[in-house]
Amino acid sequence: MPDEAIIEEPPAIETIPVKVDGREISVPKLTPDWQGKLVPTTVLQACKHAGIEIPHYCYHPKLPVAGNCRMCLVHVGMPGRPGPDGKPPMNEDGSLKIDPMVLPYERGTPKGVIGCATNLIPGMEIYASSPETKEMREAVLESLLINHPLDCTICDQAGECKLQEYSMEHGQAESQFAEQKVHKPKAVDLGPRIMLDAERCVLCTRCIRFSADIAGDDALGIVNRGSYSTIATFPGAPFDNNYTLNTADICPVGALTSKDFRFQMRVWFLKETNSLCTGCATGCNTVIGSRENKMYRQEPRENDAVNGPWMCDSGRLDYKWIASEKRLKEIRSQNSEARSWEAVIAEIGGKLEGVAAGSMAIIASARQTNEELYLLKKLADKFEAITDSVPRNGEGDHLLVNADKNPNSNGARLIGIAGETLGANLPAIAEGIESGTIKTLIVFGEDVTQHGISETLLEKMDLLIVSDIFPNATTAKAHYLLPGCAYAEKRGTFTNTKGQVQKFMKALDAPGNARAEWEFLHELVENVTGQNGFSTIEGLFNQMATEVDVFKAKELNWAALGDDGVTVEI
Amino acid sequence: MAIKVQRVKLSLWERLFIPTLWNGFKVTLGHFLSFKKSKVYAEKNKDNKFKATLSYPEELWTVPPGFRGAPYLVSDQDAATKCVSCQLCEFVCPPKAIRITPPGEDGEAAHREGAEKMPKEFEIDMLRCIFCGYCEEVCPEEAIYLAKDYYEGYDDEKMRRDYALTGSNREEMIFNKDKLLERGGTHHDRIKKWEKKTADAKAQETFPVGENPKAE
Ligand code: SF4
Ligand code: SF4
Ligand code: SF4
Ligand code: SF4
Ligand code: FES
Repeated sequence: MPDEAIIEEPPAIETIPVKVDGREISVPKLTPDWQGKLVPTTVLQACKHAGIEIPHYCYHPKLPVAGNCRMCLVHVGMPGRPGPDGKPPMNEDGSLKIDPMVLPYERGTPKGVIGCATNLIPGMEIYASSPETKEMREAVLESLLINHPLDCTICDQAGECKLQEYSMEHGQAESQFAEQKVHKPKAVDLGPRIMLDAERCVLCTRCIRFSADIAGDDALGIVNRGSYSTIATFPGAPFDNNYTLNTADICPVGALTSKDFRFQMRVWFLKETNSLCTGCATGCNTVIGSRENKMYRQEPRENDAVNGPWMCDSGRLDYKWIASEKRLKEIRSQNSEARSWEAVIAEIGGKLEGVAAGSMAIIASARQTNEELYLLKKLADKFEAITDSVPRNGEGDHLLVNADKNPNSNGARLIGIAGETLGANLPAIAEGIESGTIKTLIVFGEDVTQHGISETLLEKMDLLIVSDIFPNATTAKAHYLLPGCAYAEKRGTFTNTKGQVQKFMKALDAPGNARAEWEFLHELVENVTGQNGFSTIEGLFNQMATEVDVFKAKELNWAALGDDGVTVEI
Repeated sequence: MAIKVQRVKLSLWERLFIPTLWNGFKVTLGHFLSFKKSKVYAEKNKDNKFKATLSYPEELWTVPPGFRGAPYLVSDQDAATKCVSCQLCEFVCPPKAIRITPPGEDGEAAHREGAEKMPKEFEIDMLRCIFCGYCEEVCPEEAIYLAKDYYEGYDDEKMRRDYALTGSNREEMIFNKDKLLERGGTHHDRIKKWEKKTADAKAQETFPVGENPKAE
């Protein structure tokens, strides 16, 4: 029998034929809901398949459907009710008869359905851009704006506000509402990180559903009735779980805003850079908003393999230190005249030449990138050095926060800087220094005096090379101190707790003379090993991907990482 | 395809240029001598008082109506800063002459209750400004105007629009918030929208605007 590969057919996806704006398309019958469960596809999703965006406020793909804002109203045509023979009405040519929906008591008036909660029916016609649909949208927007304060000049949401956007796209310029607007509480302190402006709220309940169903903290609700309805917390219970800022992201208007970002900068000035949160090993995908080298905010970037559309508050707000005045900005070398990067790297290269194999130790933080760890590993291999990282453990939670507070522990393990248990080699290194077998120590991004290698031990070193971004007891003892970069100031990749290798981009320039670690490490490695590496991060990553086994197995390369990253075996 | 331009060969007389210059001067001189006979002069000298020069700065130039002037910030009749730091002017300004520092979360409270914020600093680099007036046009708060009445005894007829921006160095030409407000003077705001909103809200006996009812 010929050796034929048996190709398994993927299970056929059941589809439904529908017509969107007169165009016949087939859409999957079932679509995953917010929990990933397969449920019938809705009109709104069908339009998305057809490339048409239905405006919506309360619908969010990662939240339960509520169907309360009515923004997604569309006019549709349905097959008629089956007659006595059990068959729906047919056209003369034998095809299914589709009637545009009308109000039952006023048959001349078109009736809309809410796209977010109406399941598809085979043969359905969706008039997504018809004059009837347009009129429905205008009416909904006019009603939403009845009591809206139009605070855009002082509203932090302006520029990314769905009310502004839809008003421009689907609204009308005039309102028939001549009465006085209802006023509601403004600038309400909902919790330590969130501000509420009740007048701007469109009562979509996204924030309520997020808190109750995703964050697991049933903290928000609506109080009062009619046009006085207001989002509120329970008396005496501030809105302070670790995920509150996500409600500011999903709030389609400026009702919930971040206190941290309040009145800091208008969003249209912010340059957006894809990045990663370095708060823990989860590695939530983020977008950094910066202007003129100043970081203003960090928001989650949707990645279903990692964080979905969410991130925790503590990680999101953990960026202020980047702009700290205390940052290390200058190269420092003891007993040497070299001050420029070139001279210092050449001098270190020269000194390393005299180092005997086996007399070196390298302690590299698991907060360094894969590329940096890889370069350090090359140095370690050359000098048969003993290497390790430092564990950093805290508390995890049910949603995103990981107990491992290092963003790249898995990178350190995979590249071979650390073993399964981070820090297992540290006592051996301390002993080696004590007994005099280790004479050269390279430390990246850690204060080793906190981890069993005391200042007296550091004083015994022949050569102590330290790179960090803040001064500490270890940097004070360094013979060569090389100022490095924060994650927002360089490019690189991390391997998260699940083995997702993902990249982050550079948003800011480094302060003073500080330089990305992979840049000067690459020069140093080239000085020492004479190997011809790559001088770009892309090249370096691709080279690493051919040398680290698990990366090789996945045939990783920089471009293929994309925005979401690739999962490797851990 | 390139086109080859044939150069005209000039004679020595033409290459001297002096005769050409002289021809130019002749035209200028002709206008100079014939000005008094011209219609323009007759028009301007109807009352026999026309002077071609001005004893500036003692005498000031009455600017033509289309002249725009320079952008300044205005206060309302209660001396409250009208700008709410929305930064639209900063965004629209073609030469990027405007630079606003937003107040941040704990900036100084806005002068008007309900307006919630005002800029911490507001700078216009008058050397960059091209006096286009886009900032005035875009401002949703009517807070920035091109050289309206900034001196006592404002007279619309002779309104001095600012055409004499001087300074002895670049730094001096960057006008800060205080200077812009001082020069901008008072704008007689008829709408007073923030005041109205706050009064409406208070009248409705809802939570008072401007006070933060803190979560206990
Ligand atoms: S929520 Fe949107 S429309 Fe309302 S004031 Fe804010 S920016 Fe303007
Ligand atoms: S505060 Fe925002 S998210 Fe919450 S109901 Fe109002 S508009 Fe929706
Ligand atoms: S007048 Fe034009 S150039 Fe000058 S500040 Fe205003 S917008 Fe900018
Ligand atoms: S002057 Fe007007 S446009 Fe400019 S920031 Fe102030 S309010 Fe906004
Ligand atoms: S999005 Fe459908 S009702 Fe709100």
